[in-house]
Amino acid sequence: MELLCPAGNLPALKTAINNGADAVYIGLKDDTNARHFAGLNFNDGKLAKGADYVHQRGKKLHVAINTFAHADGEYRWEKAVDNAVAIGTDALIIADLGVLDYAANKYPDVERHVSVQASTTNLEAIKFFKNNFDVDRVVLPRVLSIQQVRQLAKTSPVPLEVFAFGSLCIMAEGRCYLSSYMTGESPNTVGACSPAKYVRWQETEQGLESRLNNVLIDRYQENENAGYPTLCKGRFDVDGDVYHALEEPTSLNTLELIPELMAMGIVSVKIEGRQRSPAYVEQVAKTWRMALDRCKNNPDNFQVDGAWMQTLANLSEGSQTTLGAYHRKWQ
Amino acid sequence: MKFSLGPNLFFWPKKDVEQFYQQAKNSSADIIYLGETVCSKRRELRVKDWLGVGRELAQVTNKQIVISTMTLLESPAEIVTLKKLCDNGDLLVEANDLSAVQIMHDLKMPFVAGPAINCYNLSTLKVLLKQGMMRWLMPVELSGDWLTTMLTQAVDENIRDKFECEVFSWGYLPLAYSARCFTARSENRPKDDCQYCCINYPQGRKMNSREGEQVFLLNGIQTMSAYQYNLINEVAQLNNIGVDIIRISADSEEAFTQLDKFKAQLDTPKTFSLDKEKECNGFWHQIAGMSVA
Repeated sequence: MELLCPAGNLPALKTAINNGADAVYIGLKDDTNARHFAGLNFNDGKLAKGADYVHQRGKKLHVAINTFAHADGEYRWEKAVDNAVAIGTDALIIADLGVLDYAANKYPDVERHVSVQASTTNLEAIKFFKNNFDVDRVVLPRVLSIQQVRQLAKTSPVPLEVFAFGSLCIMAEGRCYLSSYMTGESPNTVGACSPAKYVRWQETEQGLESRLNNVLIDRYQENENAGYPTLCKGRFDVDGDVYHALEEPTSLNTLELIPELMAMGIVSVKIEGRQRSPAYVEQVAKTWRMALDRCKNNPDNFQVDGAWMQTLANLSEGSQTTLGAYHRKWQ
Repeated sequence: MKFSLGPNLFFWPKKDVEQFYQQAKNSSADIIYLGETVCSKRRELRVKDWLGVGRELAQVTNKQIVISTMTLLESPAEIVTLKKLCDNGDLLVEANDLSAVQIMHDLKMPFVAGPAINCYNLSTLKVLLKQGMMRWLMPVELSGDWLTTMLTQAVDENIRDKFECEVFSWGYLPLAYSARCFTARSENRPKDDCQYCCINYPQGRKMNSREGEQVFLLNGIQTMSAYQYNLINEVAQLNNIGVDIIRISADSEEAFTQLDKFKAQLDTPKTFSLDKEKECNGFWHQIAGMSVA
């Protein structure tokens, strides 16, 4: 089972490889990928350097081109595919059907992975991608229970990758317009959710307030930790009850599922967080490497180390983690 | 220009659904979509009931009847149900997930690509045409300019006559889908013991900011806009850029009034001022969806 780590820049990429990643996924410096943030991602020069670093160490590079191509600019997504192939990427991570079609026709020998943003949650949808674009892998959205993942793994004609750790998207990825409803910009169209340019912090008499395009997302008392105002993780009012109506600030952590995921034949576990620092990548890669190795050596007696959980919790939103949709009770 | 009644996205008791479609018979809709698109646990009407209502409508009216299908399908049982709906034998099907596209393609049957299918560009549209798509609804977050670009490209490539274009033009917008049921959560119930509580919110449950601003509607696993999308002032533009069908969502009986109102815009166009506390049209104008241009 591959450990696939995120890298938002060259130092993070090197850190991931040096700390046990089998593969690294990155994005280009534009809106062709779903982490289009200022100061993040790879220009052509850095892309080539990153590819060399990964390949010289016998590891793999995946390039995410996983937003939806704009009607008036499809060529930019095609060019992103061309660039990624030119530097020798091992896999293209794609969500858009048109871009997949382009990649499958032009570069049939380069691996194509169906991005989580394509929201492929069932066998017939997997067949659609297999039949039309002969894809090599499908990344499952974070909406399936572990039982549902197991069912799919048994029957899927395509190897499956799952999310293992990191910020938790609670909606079916690629099918969420909450961000564009509030700001005009969404992951699908600009590659960012709750974009930073719409965020405003304000000290008020009632506490510290976070706003997204002027909508109040949360208000914190002095003893509370304030988090980034991702709009689905704020506190809202439902008939007089103020609570995290959609989700709390929390991160996904599936360490305890490792033996099950291995037994099912999941080919890759993905760590979220291309927007995070090299220090984050180092801690997560190191922890997951240890856990995967321990499970591989002795799957029947695998136990999660308390120190691993603590390390990962410290890197998590709101310093807490969840099994998310893998666990029915969360749903 | 034709007018359609979209599928009802909320969960209503069976008798209310039946009564609604009795009224729909005499509505000015040219096309009626019906079926469960949100949650497979909603079983007030089962496959045979939906098909029964659909077939009766097809028999007694001249309207085109379309069976709308689920958006987020996660279990083999849901796929079995989907296959039954797709292979219904006589009624057209709206696919809201690529699984339905795959099934319709296997059946060699034409289909409508619903707004939850991510078709953002002409290359994707061509992929769907190859699968058998005969009508297309763009994702609700896209704008008039975006749509104009795609329709112009389709004309340039001589494929514009291969599909009809329909636009979601009025009603609460479907915005997101999750594994989690937010209505059950709002009642402190786990999804496995939801007691079908969304039936108690026939217009969804309002989720406001702590300042009282209406933000979203909770509708089971679906999150919707708290404001009703309204393109009443854009009917002439929709017509001019070559949109074939205007969709009015079946939020409530008000949909019937809106069908008439939208239709009247073709002959005697009027400008309506939208209520910013209840309505929005931002997506069409490529600004925040919840705002009014």
